[in-house]
Amino acid sequence: MSTVQTAGAAGVLERVRGSRLLWPLVALVALIAANAARNPGFLSIRLQDGHLYGSLVDILKNGAPTLLIALGMTLVIATRGIDLSVGAVAAIAGAVTCTTIVGSSDPTSPAAALTGIGLALALCLVLGLWNGFLVSLLGIQPIIATLVLMTAGRGIAMLITDGQIITVRNDFYREIGAGFLLFPISILIALAALVAVALVTRRTALGLLIESVGINPEASRLAGLRSRTIIWTVYVFAALCAGVAGLMISSNVSAADANSAGLWIEMDAILAVVIGGSSLAGGKYSLSGTLVGALIIQTLTTTVYSMGIAPEVTLVFKALVVIAVCLLQAPKVRERFRRRRRSQDPTSPSSPSTSGSLAPEEDSPAPTAHEPAGDAASDSKQKVAQS
Amino acid sequence: MTDTPSTRTAQPGGPVSTGAPVVAMRGISMEFPGVKALQDVDFRLFPGEVHALMGENGAGKSTLIKVLTGVYTATAGTTQLQGGQVAFSGPAEAQAAGVSTVYQEVNLCPNLSVAENILLGREPRRFGSIDMAATRTRAEELLGRMGLTIDPGSILAEHPIAIQQLVAIARAVAVDAQVLILDEPTSSLDQDEVAELFRIMRHLRDEGVAILFVSHFLEQVYEIADRMTVLRNGRLVGEHLTKDLSRLQLVSAMIGRELGVLEEVERLAADASDEAGGTPVLEATGLGRRGSIAPFDLRIGAGEVVGLAGLLGSGRTELARLLFGADRADSGVVRVAGREVHLRTPRSAISAGIAFCSEDRKGEGILGDLSIRDNLVLAMQAARGWARPIPKRTKDELVEKWMTALDIRPNNPDALVGKLSGGNQQKVLLARWLVTQPKLLILDEPTRGIDIGAKAQIQKLVTELAAEGMAVVYISAELEEVARLAHRVVVLKDRSKVAELDGSASVDDIMHLIATSDSEQVAS
Amino acid sequence: MTTTTPTKRTVPALSRLPGIPGRVLPVIATFVLFVLLFGAGSVRYEGFTSGQVFANLFIDNAFLIVLAVGMTFVILTGGIDLSVGAVVALSTMVAAAALRAGLPAPVVILLVLAIGTGLGVLMGLVIHHFELQPFIVTLAGMFMARGLCFVIGVESISIKDPFFRALATGTIELPGGVVITWSVVIALAIVAAAVWVLHRTRFGRTIYAIGGSESSATLMGLPVGRVKVAAYAISGLCAAVAGLLFSVYMLSGYGLHAVGMELDAIASVVIGGTLLSGGVGYVLGSLLGVLVLGVIQTLISFQGTLSSWWTKIAIGTLLLLFIVMQRLFMRRTP
Repeated sequence: MSTVQTAGAAGVLERVRGSRLLWPLVALVALIAANAARNPGFLSIRLQDGHLYGSLVDILKNGAPTLLIALGMTLVIATRGIDLSVGAVAAIAGAVTCTTIVGSSDPTSPAAALTGIGLALALCLVLGLWNGFLVSLLGIQPIIATLVLMTAGRGIAMLITDGQIITVRNDFYREIGAGFLLFPISILIALAALVAVALVTRRTALGLLIESVGINPEASRLAGLRSRTIIWTVYVFAALCAGVAGLMISSNVSAADANSAGLWIEMDAILAVVIGGSSLAGGKYSLSGTLVGALIIQTLTTTVYSMGIAPEVTLVFKALVVIAVCLLQAPKVRERFRRRRRSQDPTSPSSPSTSGSLAPEEDSPAPTAHEPAGDAASDSKQKVAQS
Repeated sequence: MTDTPSTRTAQPGGPVSTGAPVVAMRGISMEFPGVKALQDVDFRLFPGEVHALMGENGAGKSTLIKVLTGVYTATAGTTQLQGGQVAFSGPAEAQAAGVSTVYQEVNLCPNLSVAENILLGREPRRFGSIDMAATRTRAEELLGRMGLTIDPGSILAEHPIAIQQLVAIARAVAVDAQVLILDEPTSSLDQDEVAELFRIMRHLRDEGVAILFVSHFLEQVYEIADRMTVLRNGRLVGEHLTKDLSRLQLVSAMIGRELGVLEEVERLAADASDEAGGTPVLEATGLGRRGSIAPFDLRIGAGEVVGLAGLLGSGRTELARLLFGADRADSGVVRVAGREVHLRTPRSAISAGIAFCSEDRKGEGILGDLSIRDNLVLAMQAARGWARPIPKRTKDELVEKWMTALDIRPNNPDALVGKLSGGNQQKVLLARWLVTQPKLLILDEPTRGIDIGAKAQIQKLVTELAAEGMAVVYISAELEEVARLAHRVVVLKDRSKVAELDGSASVDDIMHLIATSDSEQVAS
Repeated sequence: MTTTTPTKRTVPALSRLPGIPGRVLPVIATFVLFVLLFGAGSVRYEGFTSGQVFANLFIDNAFLIVLAVGMTFVILTGGIDLSVGAVVALSTMVAAAALRAGLPAPVVILLVLAIGTGLGVLMGLVIHHFELQPFIVTLAGMFMARGLCFVIGVESISIKDPFFRALATGTIELPGGVVITWSVVIALAIVAAAVWVLHRTRFGRTIYAIGGSESSATLMGLPVGRVKVAAYAISGLCAAVAGLLFSVYMLSGYGLHAVGMELDAIASVVIGGTLLSGGVGYVLGSLLGVLVLGVIQTLISFQGTLSSWWTKIAIGTLLLLFIVMQRLFMRRTP
């Protein structure tokens, strides 16, 4: 299946290899177009009582938590890490806030909500510090270090809510996830965070330092970078993003559900990052890619939902999308296209899988010249990263 | 044209094996898009000889080996093994046909036992099960054949790199290899280990194995090789018997240009040594770290090049890492320009004006996925902190200046460093530190694995920097290099400093100190 | 470890990995932990020290044992398989739906095994041939399998097939009045087979070699591609078997069965002493890991006042302990 797809795409890919963001954008536009074709009302947006309404607005609103978490995840992935605990952290944030609100003297007051939010974010900060401690100081593999909190975190959330679904009636709190300021407040928060991160990482040297750590932590340390501090910081940031996203999720339904709040959202966030063109191997990252990736995932979910298919089936589509995107971006596949294109050359290595994987790193120009694919890929990646 | 009869100086009747070659490659060309890596190269290898494949980086040595072992399929030309035409699909098939390769990096599995590493994939079996006892016995036999007495049941990672390298050779010959390719096997070995390797190579040669040997060390090539093939820019320069080719002839065949630059280095070093020994830039007293290097004293003056000599594992890298704060010292005091400093991290050393180029260029030096520009400014940026980015114009000026000064190629600051040749990567690394204007520059094996041209450029740069007043600590496994460049040589042995010699010390003096057993003999 | 080189120099062995005692130590630690936990239960609760309680550990976790065996293969190669929980769910769903449709039990079993193995092969092929990260590919596999469950049906389907029912209720009485189910026998047979394959076949040793250094294994001429794909196939097959055992255990198929079970499997393997970087570990360790998780569950259920979510916290804590222990141990080894 993939071969058919890829062969057809080869020609196009050759022309547009300048941008890694192009394919995700094409996918997003195609998804929206398909929806619009099926349901002409899909694109319509109307203004009522100072709120925008419409399917596109819903996509933005529902996609906000994923986008926010994916934002934190992008930076974590750029340092060669991964944070599996974000879903659990989101659940904990919702649980803490709702229990605090319910337990306060006046559960409807903004003060109760603010106390809850403050407590929740403080706890998220601690959880982020914990993940960062395991990864940067103890040097435990990120996937496993955060697996600890992923497993235990839901238990902790259940502990906080005592296994109940806690519902709150607090208008102030409701605004975060369900409120509108012309646009949904949640997406405004998420976009503000995105812009802030973009400015901070690209206007200062933070982006370069994060990428350096991701590319080679030891070399970065020896160049005088505070690798540990940088790694630690991104985990704390990721946990805070997850916390705020957890607030959005719980605020949107005015309830804390320790079991299902943010379930699988870490996967959605990782998918968003990957679809956006950042490599899971760390290093160069693309924030705009993450934005597009998060929107694709949410649009996909909405599409499946509006087609009247059981929402759970979205998973199948997500799987197909992620495989397709990963294959399109895999250096290996790109290399093959290129070969096939210029391939009046029947003598190219008979088993590409062998030749690619074992060319020992060496100081000869041959391997260097041999990898135009990797070269072009990295070049384009760089362009994306700079955008 | 490359195959003129005059280049075929090897005649039957020499000291090496006669008769039909075991490997005969004819008219080999290999093209990658935009690059002609090999053009019409002939190569032959006789049974019972050690044959060195010589050339600068980029000459096409690795490509030729990869064509022979089936990693690449040649664009043109034929390969014959024992007279029969072959075109291997990969190293596995080549190995099955008797062509085994041992690479520079030990390509074994560190988590498995020595015996398993030797016999993996061809363990003796009984009723479908691996016969553990027979595996062990067979491994013992093979190790014994090479004169090695190590426990086959021990885990590979517990042995030093040199032993692992020998185990790799044991594996390579376990298949009754007719052709053994050794691609830079000596680059991480010290002299004793090289001697051991050569003993085994001779042993195998005498058994009739044809050995193809690649090394950057001319001395070693002259010691072991019976015949050489020289490549330059993907073309065959000639095939010669070692005894018929002088070192000078070989070097000029390899680089094809004037050797003046090397002589200039020598002259500059001689000049500089007269003015060395000014104000101390760094003074270490009783600096040491348990299990890594015994406490030592060291004083380095401005404009002085201090060479560290010693075998691999003697503590020379460990000493350098302490001076840079890469490892933390557990005893001693360091003063920089008279003031006491605490070198807890590389950061603290950098802020004290110390810079360090690690011997592990890929693992601890360059950031391959970043551009030359980003690599160049990294240390400076790290010192400034993330909040104070270097202004774009300053950055461009710095990059321009240093890329020109060090002749970094390609001349494109956006090129990814991972795609550069070893010599250029080393230059980028040097430039990264020179941008920070350090007072003390520590270079750990800066010329390892890079071609002669870049080597000379780097050595010349070191003498120039010293002449401008920079203090340099220079580490190299090549004693000639240390003796030539350094104003003072610190000799290390068994993880402690054993002597300090002045610039007039010869290679023989240093070797003598390293070879003498009593490490207490000299108190410095 | 004595290293005698002909050149009689003594170079300190700079091991990057723990030596022989090192690699068995985590397994021993897991065993000690299991004994301690079981001992603690025996002291605190009446009736804990019975053979049946011990046997129940196997009965209640037979599917997890099988899952952990498959996961061990994948993790030993340095990979990871996040899809196993979803494949278990898919297997229960396929089994239940196919049985409801009237297919005979043996055909259903073969169908389930083929689907599980097929998914594993597919993921393995993608991982190997396109050099994608196992993490992301098996994540897609997980989505795919879960999604397919809901394509079959959103509701839980109960299993009424006599063969499955017989398997569920059928027991074997061991000497001493201890009763076990056929699931236990199947799980233990799979453990035994896995031990033999990993330690006594070239295939198994190649698994370890790939985990030690994949590029080396390739250069050594080992069939890296085939073995890697096979590891994922085995994991898929084990997940399918576990799914069958799970459907026998639950007597239903449901898309939300076994949510998060991949985490339990990974936790068991890690607690059992296998390094996530690959190349070091034992199937028996993974079995012990499952038993430790099982005994914690049993302790919590004996306590009665503790809620079930304590299990998650306990597993998380244990996982942490073992990871930190591995880490510190590897640092101390010079």
